[in-house]
Amino acid sequence: MARAVTTQRKTFNTALAWIVGLLIFFPILWTILTSFKTEAQAIASPPIFLNFDWTLENYAIVQERSDYMRFLWNSVIIAGGSTILGVIIAVPAAWAMAFVPSKRTKDILLWMLSTKMLPAVGVLYPIYLLFIRLGLLDSRAGLVVVLMLINLPIIVWMLYTYFREIPGEILEAARMDGATLKEEILYVLTPMAIPGIASTVLLNFILAWNEAFWTLNLTAVNAAPLTAFIASYSSPEGLFFAKLSAASTMAIAPILILGWFSQKQLVRGLTFGAVK
Amino acid sequence: MYLRNALRAATAMTLVATTAAHADTLTIATVNNGDMIRMQGYTDNFTEATGIDVEWVTLEENVLRQRVTTDITTKGGQFDIMTIGMYETPIWGANGWLVPLDGLSAEYDVDDILPAMRGGLSNDGTLYAAPFYGESSMVMYRTDLMEQAGMEMPDAPTWQFIREAAAAMTDRDNDINGICLRGKAGWGEGGAFITVTANSFGARWFDEDWKPQFDQPEWNDALTFFVDMMNESGPAGYATNGFNENLSLFQQGKCGMWIDATVAASFVTNPDDSTVADKVGFALAPNSEGVDKRSNWLWAWALAIPAGTEQADSAKQFIEWATSKDYIELVAENEGWANVPPGARTSLYENPNYQEVPFAQKTLESILSADPNNPTVKPVPYVGIQFAAIPEFAGIATQVSQEFSAVYAGQQTVEEALAKAQAFTSEEMEAAGY
Repeated sequence: MARAVTTQRKTFNTALAWIVGLLIFFPILWTILTSFKTEAQAIASPPIFLNFDWTLENYAIVQERSDYMRFLWNSVIIAGGSTILGVIIAVPAAWAMAFVPSKRTKDILLWMLSTKMLPAVGVLYPIYLLFIRLGLLDSRAGLVVVLMLINLPIIVWMLYTYFREIPGEILEAARMDGATLKEEILYVLTPMAIPGIASTVLLNFILAWNEAFWTLNLTAVNAAPLTAFIASYSSPEGLFFAKLSAASTMAIAPILILGWFSQKQLVRGLTFGAVK
Repeated sequence: MYLRNALRAATAMTLVATTAAHADTLTIATVNNGDMIRMQGYTDNFTEATGIDVEWVTLEENVLRQRVTTDITTKGGQFDIMTIGMYETPIWGANGWLVPLDGLSAEYDVDDILPAMRGGLSNDGTLYAAPFYGESSMVMYRTDLMEQAGMEMPDAPTWQFIREAAAAMTDRDNDINGICLRGKAGWGEGGAFITVTANSFGARWFDEDWKPQFDQPEWNDALTFFVDMMNESGPAGYATNGFNENLSLFQQGKCGMWIDATVAASFVTNPDDSTVADKVGFALAPNSEGVDKRSNWLWAWALAIPAGTEQADSAKQFIEWATSKDYIELVAENEGWANVPPGARTSLYENPNYQEVPFAQKTLESILSADPNNPTVKPVPYVGIQFAAIPEFAGIATQVSQEFSAVYAGQQTVEEALAKAQAFTSEEMEAAGY
């Protein structure tokens, strides 16, 4: 009897998870479907779900009009560079906060998080002027630094949370065995926190990939990533939804594929320490 | 080990970053409108003729505004040519942010630019941007539904006729709305539409002393009329409908009438996209009975050179090419006369080939009747029809249009919205020193 209830509950939970998952995924699915329609089919009312003549015309037009690979490469450099740089800076910071906390550690953590509460547009002009002075406008290096700084509080917070789950005694034992600070972080702490670091890297890579304020405002031609690629297909005077959907699908495809293959690590990392 | 590899990868990625810009390459910021995209396709012709390369930065209209405004006010120098409108041009020209377009060649024939466009893109008689395409607004209506309703659209209808016709054409059972109009918040969306509607009821934004006029009866009349008509014959949820939403409804045969940008005429008569392409008629934008001012606006997407560029001469060469008579001929030759950029040059409307395009005459009449210096029947201290060309306007009108959209959504009354608009605008104008 108990087993039957468990099975029922399991089925219910599975069904609920699928429904929620499909609801969340539906806008992406709709975008992908729209990308294979004509412009007239894209705005048809009632909407056409699957019963339409599939066409690759929108992809051909987008490919012809835009240099997709250039935008893609910029996205990879900017998202990858900012994430890696962020992790390099955040690992020692999170280590110090987790294992050698001071009286002010919690205040510092809160202060770091508070920088995320400022609307980005509030610092647009100072950053823009700084970029002009430093010659960083429309450069990938500039965006790597800006996105790293924006995501740094989240990276530090996530790593801090993971590090806190690791018993300090293990590190103490390593020190007693003669490990230096560098060896302690590299060979003892990091391997134990790999799931946490992996999920932090993935999440911040996704955040940097999708960032659409600084990447639009600080770039023009050379450093424009896929967010600028999508923005170029949005029009207030003309219905180009099918082409916009094709551009969006091309922009999200790499990150969707990455997310699909790394979902195990992502889920493991995000639930790391949830059950004690 | 992991950390060292990560450090190496990050260093390598950062080193890959480049900031180089080519000296003989023009960078042009533009919007994703059909005519602009078409121009990008012909850029090779310009490069072949001049040896000057062109890089395009295409952005959505609001993003473009923010992007070019940031760049020009900080002298960022990211763009050699910017696509801007009639609102920005006189303000930026007066601030010295744009290179004056003087010394244009004789072949360019600057006097051929439609006077209304030239006036709207100038400051103190100096042209600061060349119109790539221009637009006014007019009535687009379904000839078959009008006939079914037993009515005939006059060339120059009144609002009262439009309301009557809309009610007669409305067929809720078949999902046909008598009229589709913009209600979406935003100074360039619903804000623009209600401003020109108010103009045609005798209202104005400011009196000669820059005092806001929302407490005057004309605004109440205009807004009440608009809301009543839309509730009777408009589509559900019109408070969130802008240009694209109405275009979609009209193309699917769900609107009896649509009053909007003249540039929409080529979309609704294009059989590839519109289900009613062969059943569309055109008329001038309406006015209220007894008010000698129609509700048509005037707008141009124009090319301007920011003062910070080091390539002003090459930029001027490009602008001369893109807004020339030859460019219009080039597009006509390859894509037909219905697809040439409209509303910029007098000679286009004198061309017999273009006169055969069904919406050409009404477009021209609409543009010619729009007067940015006298947008309302009463005197005003500002220039602009659907806007007042002062820097504060965009912010104020966005807020005001949000209040009006709340009325369309049934969240507040006309009186409440007008009182809020009056209070907010007065406060902002006072703070700005008017």
